[in-house]
Amino acid sequence: MIELAEYIVLGLLSGGVLALIALSFVLIYKGTGVVNFAVGEVMMLGAYLYYAGAVSFKLDPWLAFFGSLAAISILSVLIERVVLRPLSGQTAVAALMATIGLASIIHGGAEAMWGGETLTSPGLLPRTPMTIADILIPGAVLGNFAIAALLIAAFLAFFRYSRMGVVLRASASDAVTASTLGINIHRAQRLTWMLAGSVGTVAGVLIASSAGLSPMLASTALGVLAAIVLGGLDSILGAILASLAVGVIEALAAGYLGGKTREVVPYIVVLAVLLVRPYGLFGTRAIERL
Amino acid sequence: MRTGVFHQTFISDERLWDSPTSRRWMLAFVLAMCSMPLWGGDYLLAMACIVGIHLIATLGLNITTGSAGLISLSHAAFMGVGCYTVAWLAKKGVPFYVALPVAGLVAATLGAIVGSPSLRVKGLYLAIATLAGHFVLNFIFREWDSVTGGIPGTSIPRANLFGYELVGDRRNFYMIYGTALLLGLAARNLARTHHGRAFVAVRDRDFSAEILGVNLLRAKLAAFAVGAFYAGVAGGLLGYFYGNITPEYFSLNLSVFYLAAIIVGGLGSVLGAIFGAIFMTFVPEILRLVAQASSQWLPQIAGLLLPMGQVVFGVLIITFLIFEPHGLAAIWSRVRRVFHLWPFKT
Repeated sequence: MIELAEYIVLGLLSGGVLALIALSFVLIYKGTGVVNFAVGEVMMLGAYLYYAGAVSFKLDPWLAFFGSLAAISILSVLIERVVLRPLSGQTAVAALMATIGLASIIHGGAEAMWGGETLTSPGLLPRTPMTIADILIPGAVLGNFAIAALLIAAFLAFFRYSRMGVVLRASASDAVTASTLGINIHRAQRLTWMLAGSVGTVAGVLIASSAGLSPMLASTALGVLAAIVLGGLDSILGAILASLAVGVIEALAAGYLGGKTREVVPYIVVLAVLLVRPYGLFGTRAIERL
Repeated sequence: MRTGVFHQTFISDERLWDSPTSRRWMLAFVLAMCSMPLWGGDYLLAMACIVGIHLIATLGLNITTGSAGLISLSHAAFMGVGCYTVAWLAKKGVPFYVALPVAGLVAATLGAIVGSPSLRVKGLYLAIATLAGHFVLNFIFREWDSVTGGIPGTSIPRANLFGYELVGDRRNFYMIYGTALLLGLAARNLARTHHGRAFVAVRDRDFSAEILGVNLLRAKLAAFAVGAFYAGVAGGLLGYFYGNITPEYFSLNLSVFYLAAIIVGGLGSVLGAIFGAIFMTFVPEILRLVAQASSQWLPQIAGLLLPMGQVVFGVLIITFLIFEPHGLAAIWSRVRRVFHLWPFKT
């Protein structure tokens, strides 16, 4: 029984960071209608830039962290302007394939720059393990969860209460109506990409500091796609809940079925969910008109 | 349309090569390809074999994604299914002309299973569903040791035609291009039947297609199954060609490679698939040559080859999507038109 509780708690904690990646993905999907397959690569690049700042240039970790946030924000704006704006108005599949191309570019570029081996990334937080009711929790995992939870709460508040958040929600729910009401859609989409890139960077730095930094980091985000489908592509709350669920499922699979199954079990769940509930647990059912 | 060609019957209008000139060119091309093992060098032949295998797989993806608009990221995994089926059958002594179609059918069955969410979900969800299919199949490749040989891989006995062993590129060449010719003609003809037109109708607006009497369930599953069939055959040929295969080969990068090939070549046309397969096979080769040429100044460049290939693939996908969405096939038809109408301006 204690074993089961341990798996569930650890799964929930690692699901917190997955939720950050999911948030990065859902932001772009809701805000611009693009399914961003490059989420993992942007996240990985953010982690590598942090590593370059903190280790190669020997900056203060926090300085390196904010530096990489700024760099990824600029990159996200560039991506939006150079790659996706010319494709707006084309089919969703075109944009999807463009992001696959983008993922390929960033992945190859990072591997060419930093090589394929796993690097040790310095942590931002102290790593003191904790014991709660006989369950040993590694410090990095707990700190990551705390940061992720804080950030997600901040985002939810931002969208709910701030003026900019309302602008983003308006342009996400109906771009044409929003622009007739005087909202600058291009600016809103740019901001969406910046926010998504920054959230991804935070997730990347957190994961890299606990699990090591390698180009494989990007495939973590592919696992999160599973979570997003589970929650429904356009529901932030659904994405968060589903990430936690996927974290638990992964931990349970790794615990009871062996470590190798960890990477496939989420996908099997996805296939099953898609067959039963095609728009996820919380997604809006698309109503199509001819 | 070439100037000076006037069709007087529907039959002549509907021919695949509708002018005497294009028929002559086609004949010359086929003869040149048939005699290639006689005049081509070793390097050219090896590349030609690889192009042929990529061509078959690209034709398949071009039916699923190009014609029917169903995005598939599990194409590489379907190739793997075909390859391992051939490996298993060949060890049992089944000849290649039976093993290849069976490999295609097994892949097609799996394709229909992986594609079954396509009945309920559209483009974006579908991409993720096929991604899930890719990872699940790859997991099976790595873990089902008795058939796939696990991570170290498995070997495939040489193909054998009535006691005549197909060893080396020269003999594999005819097997690969014979299959490619058959499947290419099949793809070209499929586009002219009501099944092929149903695919295009599903791509352009699936609800309208349904109202016009297309059975969506059948059309979508068929598009996935046919695409996977091509991938399975290509995978089987790949197994015969290399003689040894590991699960690593069927990575997500390979699926992206084929996606790039159909985009660069031109979505939805057989000619596009041919251009895409040739172009994408030579991109890594050109990179390799550049790397060799510059290795005296940059000794570490050999290690950068694979990542640089990924970067180039990505740049190609994005550039073609933005600037030439109909790919090399569109460029080719523009060039042709200039020559046909010369000296008049288009």
